[in-house]
This record gives sequence, C-alpha cells and structure tokens, in this order.
Amino acid sequence: MEKPYRRRDLLGIRELTEADIRGILDTAENFREINTREIKKVPTLRGKTVINLFFENSTRTRTSFELAAKRLSADAVNISVSSSSVSKGETLVDTALNLDAMDPDCIVVRHGSAGVPHQLAKVSRAAVVNAGDGSNEHPTQALLDAMTIREHKKKIQGLEVAIVGDILHSRVARSNIHLLTKLGAKVRVAGPGTLVPRDFGYLIEEAGTSRGRESVSTASLTVCPHVEDAIRDADVVMILRIQRERQDSAYFPTLREYAVHYGLTNGRLDLAKKDAIVLHPGPMNRGIEIASEVADSSRSLILDQVKYGVAVRMAVLYLATGGSLGS
Amino acid sequence: MKLLIANGHLIDPTANENTGMNVLIEDGKVSAWLKAADGVPEGCEVFDASGLLVAPGFIDLHVHLREPGQEHKETIASGCAAAAAGGWTSVCPMPNTNPVNDNAAITRYMIEQAEHAGLANVFPIGAITKSSDGAELAEMGEMKAAGAVAVSDDGRPVPNAGIMRRAMQYAKDFDLPVIDHCEDKSLSAGGVMHEGKMSLLLGLKGMPALAEDIDAVRDIILAKETGAHIHIAHVSTKGAVEAVRRAKNEGINVTCEVTPHHFTLTDRSVEGYDTNYKMAPPLRSEEHLEAVIEGIKDGTIDAIATDHAPHHHDEKALEFDRAPMGITGLETGVGLAFNELVHKGIIGLERLVELCSTNPARIFKLAGRGTLAPGSVADITIIDPDHKWTYRNAESRSKSRNCPFDGWEFTGRAVATIVGGRIVFQM
Repeated sequence: MEKPYRRRDLLGIRELTEADIRGILDTAENFREINTREIKKVPTLRGKTVINLFFENSTRTRTSFELAAKRLSADAVNISVSSSSVSKGETLVDTALNLDAMDPDCIVVRHGSAGVPHQLAKVSRAAVVNAGDGSNEHPTQALLDAMTIREHKKKIQGLEVAIVGDILHSRVARSNIHLLTKLGAKVRVAGPGTLVPRDFGYLIEEAGTSRGRESVSTASLTVCPHVEDAIRDADVVMILRIQRERQDSAYFPTLREYAVHYGLTNGRLDLAKKDAIVLHPGPMNRGIEIASEVADSSRSLILDQVKYGVAVRMAVLYLATGGSLGS
Repeated sequence: MKLLIANGHLIDPTANENTGMNVLIEDGKVSAWLKAADGVPEGCEVFDASGLLVAPGFIDLHVHLREPGQEHKETIASGCAAAAAGGWTSVCPMPNTNPVNDNAAITRYMIEQAEHAGLANVFPIGAITKSSDGAELAEMGEMKAAGAVAVSDDGRPVPNAGIMRRAMQYAKDFDLPVIDHCEDKSLSAGGVMHEGKMSLLLGLKGMPALAEDIDAVRDIILAKETGAHIHIAHVSTKGAVEAVRRAKNEGINVTCEVTPHHFTLTDRSVEGYDTNYKMAPPLRSEEHLEAVIEGIKDGTIDAIATDHAPHHHDEKALEFDRAPMGITGLETGVGLAFNELVHKGIIGLERLVELCSTNPARIFKLAGRGTLAPGSVADITIIDPDHKWTYRNAESRSKSRNCPFDGWEFTGRAVATIVGGRIVFQM
C-alpha cells in the first residue's frame, strides 16, 4: 500500500544498502546522549503513535521499543497477543487493517512466523518495523550489535566476526550476516551440522547486489566445520541462544553435550584475538551456549548491547515516521 | 441434435490427424469427419471454428472440488464451471473431501452432482485407505463399480511401504491406477516451501526435494514388484523426473503428471511471502524447473494436471507458515501451457493435446475420450492459440481466489468447450 509521505518500513537488513545502515547507526549515535540525561525526553515524535504489536513473548525488545518511543514523546501502545491470529478467529490481514484504521504512524511487530512484517506492510499505511519475524530477521538487534561493535572496535570493515550456534533458525544470525557483510566484515559461522547448513554462504551472494562497492573486496561469509575454526583470531565472537526444543526435534542429543562441544568457554575464547569482544542477543542460557565466566568477564558486552538497543530503536522509529538521516 | 464443428483445424494424435477437417456430432457422439466440400448435413447447427484448433476434450487428472464437506471453498458445480471456462471437459477430483471419498456412496454422489451441474464430466478418484489414514484399504472394487477411475491418498500419502505394496497388489485386481503424491513426511514435516537457497534466505522451513525423490523411488520399486500401474502426481523434482525416466526405460508401469505452476514458477516467487505461492509440492528451484521442462520435452512426463486446490480467502490471508497449501488452476492451466511451453517452442500443438487429453484418457483408461475418432464421446476443446487475454481472480468461476496468476497476460486459450455434444462454455 502507498505510504503517506516519508514513512518508511524497516522489514529487514537484507533490503538495506550500506548507506542506509550507516545512516541509521549515525542517527542512533545522535540519540544516545538523550538516554544519559536527567530528563530523558525530547519532543521529536510528539503527536506520533507507535503500536508495539507482539505476537511472541518478549521483555527486552518490547521494553526497549517502548522506552525508545516514549523518550521521543511518541504515544506508545503495547499489544501482546499470546497466540496467533488464527486462534482469535481473525486473519492476520484483518488484524493489520483494524489497527491501521486507528491511524498509527508506526507498527512495530514481532511474530513467530517469517514474513509477517512484509505481509502487514503490504496492507498498512503505517510504517512497519520488524522486531523479529520467525527465523527470518531481527534488524534492530543487528543494528544494536553493530553499534556495540563500532563503539569498541571503531570500525566494522575488515573485522573477523564469528557467529556460533543455531544459525539455521536464528533471525539474529541472518540480520547480522547481512549487516556485517554489507559493511565489509568477514563473517564465519559454526555450530552443529544439523543447525548450520553447509551451503549458508550463498546468503550473501543473493544479497550481493545492494552491497557497497568498497566492501565487496573484504566481505565474506564462511561456514566453518568446527567452532574453534570460527573463533580462531576473531575480533568479535557472537553467541546465539540455543532453544531447548531443538533437542526434542533431534537436532542435537543433549544440552550437556552441546555445552561441551559448542559452548563458549574461556578455553575457546582464548583462540580469539586478545582484545576480542563477546556478544549475545539474550536471554542467555548460562553454562550451555556461554560459560558464566565468559558472560561475566570484561570482554562480554551483553549489557552494552541492551543499552544501545534503546538508541537504535529511537533512530529506527524516528526514521520510520518521517525523520531524515543524520539530522 | 446435430452439430457441425466447421472450418477448424483438427488435431487428434490418436489418428495422427493434424489438418483442416469438420467434425460432425450426433447425439453426444462424434459421428463423422467431413471435408469442407461435403457441405453441411441437413438439419445441422454449425459452429464456425475458422482459425481455431479443434482438439479432443482436455482432461485434468488432478483437481480438488471440495464437495462434500468444504462447499465454502468450492462446489462440484463451481469447480466444473471453472473447468469448462478453462477448456477442461473432464476433471478427476481427489478424495480428500469431508468425509473422504473412500466408499461407493460418495463416489456416486460426486458423479450425480456433476451430472446435475452439466458442465464437465467428473471422474472421481477414490481413497487408497479408509479415511486416507494409511492403515486399512478402502473398498476399491466398490468405488470402481460406482465410477471411480483411480485411487490415491493424495496429500496424505501412504507412509507405510507395506500398506502401499498391498494397495498396489489389490488395485491391480481392479485395473485401477494408484496415484501417489510423493512426499516422505519424515523429511518434509513442518516445511512450507522448497528447501534451498530461498528458504534459507527467507527464514522459512524447507521441504527438501529428496522427500519427493525417496517416495517416488519407493513407489517405482513397488510398481516393478507388484506389476501395478503407479501414477506419480505433480512431479516437481529433478530426482523424481529422472526416476520416472529410468523406470519407463525399464518397462515399469509408471506414468506421471506435472502442474502448470511447476513448469512456470520457481521458489523465487515466495519472496514477499504471498501465500498464493504456497503449495505442495512446493515451487522448486531453477534446476528442478529445468528438469521438469526436459521431462515434458522428452516424453517422460505424460500429462498436464492443474492440482486445482481452492481455499477460502480467510484461510489464505494468514501467516505464510500457517496458510494452507494449494492454488486454483483450472482457468489458467491452458494459458500457462501456451505461454510457457507452446510459444517458447518447447512443445508443439500435437504434444499439447497429448499432454492434456490423449494421455490422461489413456492413463485413467477413459474409453471413448482423448480422441475424436468417429464413435467417441463428443468432448471437444476448441482453442484459439493467438487469443490474447488477461486472467483476473475477480472474474474466476471458482468460489476461491487463491491463484498467483492474477493479472497475468496470456496468449492462447480455450474459446469454447463442448461436453457430450453440448456447448458448455463459449467466449
């Protein structure tokens, strides 16, 4: 549907250009300072309405979006739908049309099914922001990860980034792979063979057209046979949350074995560069995908990620509802 | 009543006929072929088929008419109206109705509803197992006596090789083809699109090609052992096409069909998450589409069947992974065959008629159909290969609108459909 002037959806990182990504990150930098003030509120989005439509449980992401909207003076409404539209007897499209009829400026949506933000965007006049759709994308997570990396490494181009865990089902991995390779990083993924498709490398071949010219020479995506290969000499180690239900579907035998063979321990982290940083999108399973001693170490930037999440979401809401880049 | 189809170009592969010839119809049967010089017999109505192709009526081996049980999606009457508008004179509905067509009473009911509608012939396909549960055999003999032409558990393929073997042994007694929707669900469970680059890119769970390959190979081995006729529904993978090709070379009694969407679209269409691109088997990748085209070209694939699968708008307007599988296809099948096969030079007109009429009649042993030889049933599809038209869901005769080809432009279509000597559709 034709959007009113200057409203922009954020459906995924895949659709963005390198310049778009840099623009969002730079805008987020400008908003960071607001979060450190005594009075954490600016009138930027006064009179705008943001609906947080969450079909999946979420504490961190929903709170982060809500705070972002409120600190910009937008009116934020949270709708939590514990189950899908099917059980309410309403179709997804009808749900979207009904919300859109109340003239919100932006709908932030999280859903367990891939593609729901894309489906909503087709029928709604409000800008649609993807807060995580199934195994597809979680663009604001990738943006806040990038902000964290930029803060500590001062650049992304040329960095070696290891992503470890359930790559197949991870929207965080997909968004990060798109973002990091678009900005010129070398990404290496590893995990159990059942959860890391050996031909995942073509993810960026497909996305290659929108990649910036200067990053083509350095960016790459490699599937590593062992976790150690991915971590060795990495600048950034990103650990993904492992879902218990994957054990029930025979993706791996036990969480215990997962921890032993794929978990990030101090020993494995020693393979990375001396100044390597550790990221985790949360919530963590301590002692499974990440050892507590790693999670609590100074190399772990997990709380920084959460902190920058608010600034990133302020930037995203601002840009989605008509703000211009870098202002 | 007499009707003369005059001035048309007759294509009848069964008689090696591809020439200008008038067809005389009397009492629902073809009574003679006449030359233009023979003139118009007395008391005879004339259908002027100048510039048109006259072919034996097209037969769709694979449709879902939803009646009984899901009349909000389609009825036998609405499905037959869509068939007639698409040029299909006969359709073979799958048994996944509610209740399942696993007994003679339902088979008879479906035929009666079709006769009542009077728009197309309906040749029901009975279930292989009771309620298509994959456990006990359905009464195939009784269903055949009532008019069923084949057996299948379609979307719920018999998972147990032992049951499938007995089904084939038993079906052979009644000379019934066994149709299998080849999908090993232990490999495809939870999948909503083809497994490959696109499924990884879109974050959707994939159905691997090998789920189809493995089941096709199993069925072929069983057909070889039992001597039964196995018909592989909607082949969509390179592996399945190759398995059928090898089996045919070995002389195994196997045939197969392809849907128009599988020779037209690839899994790239799923980008955008439009649920009208969701069906089983799923749209495959480029290499599979090429293998399917090759199979159409070299004769491995015997028939074009639409797998017309109507679903109500509310059911399709859902999350991609929750929406039901299937798309409508009766009104776009012939147009797609022209666009994608005939006009691209992949097949000629005679082969098109073979794929849509002659072979389907042979596969399901429909006597007096798939041919226009004198004495045969006057089911006729009249085609304008150059007619330019646009398909619109809003104008569909089907009760459902779940077709991805809305707004597509086609060159070539059926402009008249004659069933039993009666014109049931005309542009």
